[in-house]
Amino acid sequence: MTSFVVNGKAVQTDADPATPLLWVLRESMGLTGTKYGCGMAQCGACTVHLDGQAIRSCVAPLSRAEGKHVTTIEGLSPDLSHPLQRAWIEIDVPQCGYCQSGQIMSAAILLKENPKPTDNDIDEAMSGNICRCGTYPRIRRAIHRAVEMAAQGRTK
Amino acid sequence: MTATGLDRREFLRASAAVGGGLLISLYVPELDLARAQSPPGAAGKVFAPNAFVRIGTDDIVTVISNHSEMGQGVYTSLPMLLNEELEADWSKVRVEPAPVDAVYNHTVFGAQMTGGSTTTTSEWERYRKMGAAARVMLVQAAAQQWNVPADSCHVEKGVVIHAASGKKASYGSLADAAAAIPVPSNVPLKDPKNFITIGKKVRRLDTPSKTNGTAQFGLDVTLSGMLTALVARAPVFGGKVVSFDASESLKVPGVRTVKQVPSGVAVIASAFWPAKLGRERLKINWDDGANAEISSTKMLADFSSQSASPGLVAKKAGDPVGALAGAAKKITAEYDVPYLAHAMMEPLNCVVDLRADSCEIWTGTQFQTGDRANAAKVAGLAPEKVQIHTTLLGGGFGRRANPASDFVMEAVNVAKAAKAPVKVMWTREDDIRGGWYRPMWHDRFAAGLDANGEPIAWTHTIVGQSIMEGTPFEAFGIQNGIDSASVEGAADLLYGIPNLQVDLHSPKIGVPVQWWRSVGHSHTGFSVEAFFDEVAHAGGKDPYQLRRKLLAKQPRMLGVLDLVAQKAGWGKPMPAGRGRGIATHFSFDSYVAQVIEASVEKDGTVHVHRVVCAVDCGRVINPDTVTAQMEGGIIFALTAALKTEITLENGRVQQRNFHDYPMLRMFEAPAVEVFIVPSEEKPTGVGEPSVPPVAPALTNAIFAATGKRVRRLPIRSSDLAAGAEVKS
Repeated sequence: MTSFVVNGKAVQTDADPATPLLWVLRESMGLTGTKYGCGMAQCGACTVHLDGQAIRSCVAPLSRAEGKHVTTIEGLSPDLSHPLQRAWIEIDVPQCGYCQSGQIMSAAILLKENPKPTDNDIDEAMSGNICRCGTYPRIRRAIHRAVEMAAQGRTK
Repeated sequence: MTATGLDRREFLRASAAVGGGLLISLYVPELDLARAQSPPGAAGKVFAPNAFVRIGTDDIVTVISNHSEMGQGVYTSLPMLLNEELEADWSKVRVEPAPVDAVYNHTVFGAQMTGGSTTTTSEWERYRKMGAAARVMLVQAAAQQWNVPADSCHVEKGVVIHAASGKKASYGSLADAAAAIPVPSNVPLKDPKNFITIGKKVRRLDTPSKTNGTAQFGLDVTLSGMLTALVARAPVFGGKVVSFDASESLKVPGVRTVKQVPSGVAVIASAFWPAKLGRERLKINWDDGANAEISSTKMLADFSSQSASPGLVAKKAGDPVGALAGAAKKITAEYDVPYLAHAMMEPLNCVVDLRADSCEIWTGTQFQTGDRANAAKVAGLAPEKVQIHTTLLGGGFGRRANPASDFVMEAVNVAKAAKAPVKVMWTREDDIRGGWYRPMWHDRFAAGLDANGEPIAWTHTIVGQSIMEGTPFEAFGIQNGIDSASVEGAADLLYGIPNLQVDLHSPKIGVPVQWWRSVGHSHTGFSVEAFFDEVAHAGGKDPYQLRRKLLAKQPRMLGVLDLVAQKAGWGKPMPAGRGRGIATHFSFDSYVAQVIEASVEKDGTVHVHRVVCAVDCGRVINPDTVTAQMEGGIIFALTAALKTEITLENGRVQQRNFHDYPMLRMFEAPAVEVFIVPSEEKPTGVGEPSVPPVAPALTNAIFAATGKRVRRLPIRSSDLAAGAEVKS
């Protein structure tokens, strides 16, 4: 039995502890916002937060989550209020949208660790996430925009 | 295919919606007859099978989209078209996918499908007509209630207003009454100068759901009691199972059963992970069949030798042979592009619930009509008994418009074997190795220049597999042995060159091929525009100026060419080491020109610094969508130019995942600037036309920076490293 916290809620599962966390989240817990793209930590579509770090859940065994906090896209904000979500909507970043959960979860850790990233910082933090539709220019703009939105939010 | 959508009798029809409200549907007497003979299956779950818009008593307006949303923005642009005439409150507008029904057929292709960058072209009038009819009926309903003439009322944001009396009524409050009003015929559409939303930036309706994890793709569909299956497919295309041993697979907890299906062996399990582990433990003895010798290295040489003699003539003007012989200067070159996988971020998947007399399918498809017919064959049911729920597509790029319905038919076969609802998933490896690639193509050119250095003769021999041969599109797309998709962008060359020949060899090779974003233009855009650059340099001409001169009779192409040159600062100084390349291409009835700035490091690493793009796609519905499609197509095409190829040896695909089939990443993505030419011409394609000019603009820029001519994609840094000779 593996016990951990997902989006603030304590959960237990008897799934095989070697199963990648991605499949437990998607198939056992119905958190399908986290996507499968490659199964070998190449594309970032499965990015979630484990105790505040971005991880690729397609290669992280369930056992790694034992006793820890997992945040998925569904837990980022209850109401699309996270500055990244607001910026993504304002700039209309997504096209097909399939990779965007992973993009946003990677960007969220970037902003947590570096509230005002440069373009180079964005390159470093976001190059593990592939977007086949080619939304990179908008992702970059939206991250900068989210910084502004977060700043405005703080001064209010 | 015939344009059945345009010439049969069609009427709009109104009816009361279940639970109240107004539905506007397309009524086709012939189809209604067919339906009466074989009523819809799946326990009558087809709700309003021919509706295009539903107006609820709660004021919610639901637009039913007959085209699939794969990122190109049709779930916003189709509602925009309808609502331009309906004038409902945009914040109350929703969209949902259409079921499969002939009323939803593409108005040109005659089948329900999304492709060829044609959604707007197909629906430009139809969706506005639906909206206009609904508006007139809502106004009529209000006028009757108020006992005033209809023409004394007007509408604003979902409210009918009688200004003289100050009476107002929302669409929702009128919807039930409107359903009883006779449907007007031939309501005039707005003069474009009165458009309220068309042409203005509108935020996509699907963005919020794509930022909080609620957007539902095929892979996210879950049914009660559903099993999950992976299929072990032949390592060589066309290979067959001789025998298999599933004993180790069946020991994996969660694996329920292992069954042979026509495409291989299906491991059917409680979830993905046991299915994957079970498949890894399968032992299969394959008969490789006829394709075990296929080698793309050998094909490269074969294609080149084949191109030395002309093929079937697709286009001939003047006397190309004579003009070449008499030219003051002659140049030749050969170009190559590889097989390419679509590599949508969402790998293929399909959920099937097969019952004795019905079959329900959930999948992200671009080709509902074909998939339903093919699924029905496998299920042994009439097509009307098969229902397809089109989910969002996590990318399509053509792969999900498979004429053979490969991923749908296979899933129905697995469902038959599973005897339970089943989700068939493809891993990334399955996707990369699964075939249905953009064909490998070879292009051989010769050009003759006159004494002034201008081209007077141009010959182009193309070698590559036919995409349409053997598909339902053959009658439509192949004339006199020439697949139009193989020669598009070459046979319709816009340049004014008096002596021209384009011919084609279509070798038969056992690698399944398919349309891939921009289809044939993905090779002709590259080869034609790169060779044109060679012609310009051979004649001592500026590549921009020579294009201008030879496009003198093509005002719209000239328009984008001049715009891009001006915005890019053609001819102006750049940082040391950079080169600038220019290219144009006409595809999907749209005109695109691009300028790329690039540099090459000593080790051959290519840096793309800036891409400037001008497009003329006729009247624009949502300009931000056009910009997004240009940006996305450019990045997609840069991946093809710089990174990817599918190769085969001993019939086996050599790539398997993103480590050896790599995509462009954030740190490599250049700044992209997009400029749209204002136009009142009819709307044309947007999803694909930005792809073809990218590779030639880039290789032309590399030539400008280094003097090295790249004639084979993907661009290899080893060819561009200091001291290296470019192989072609």
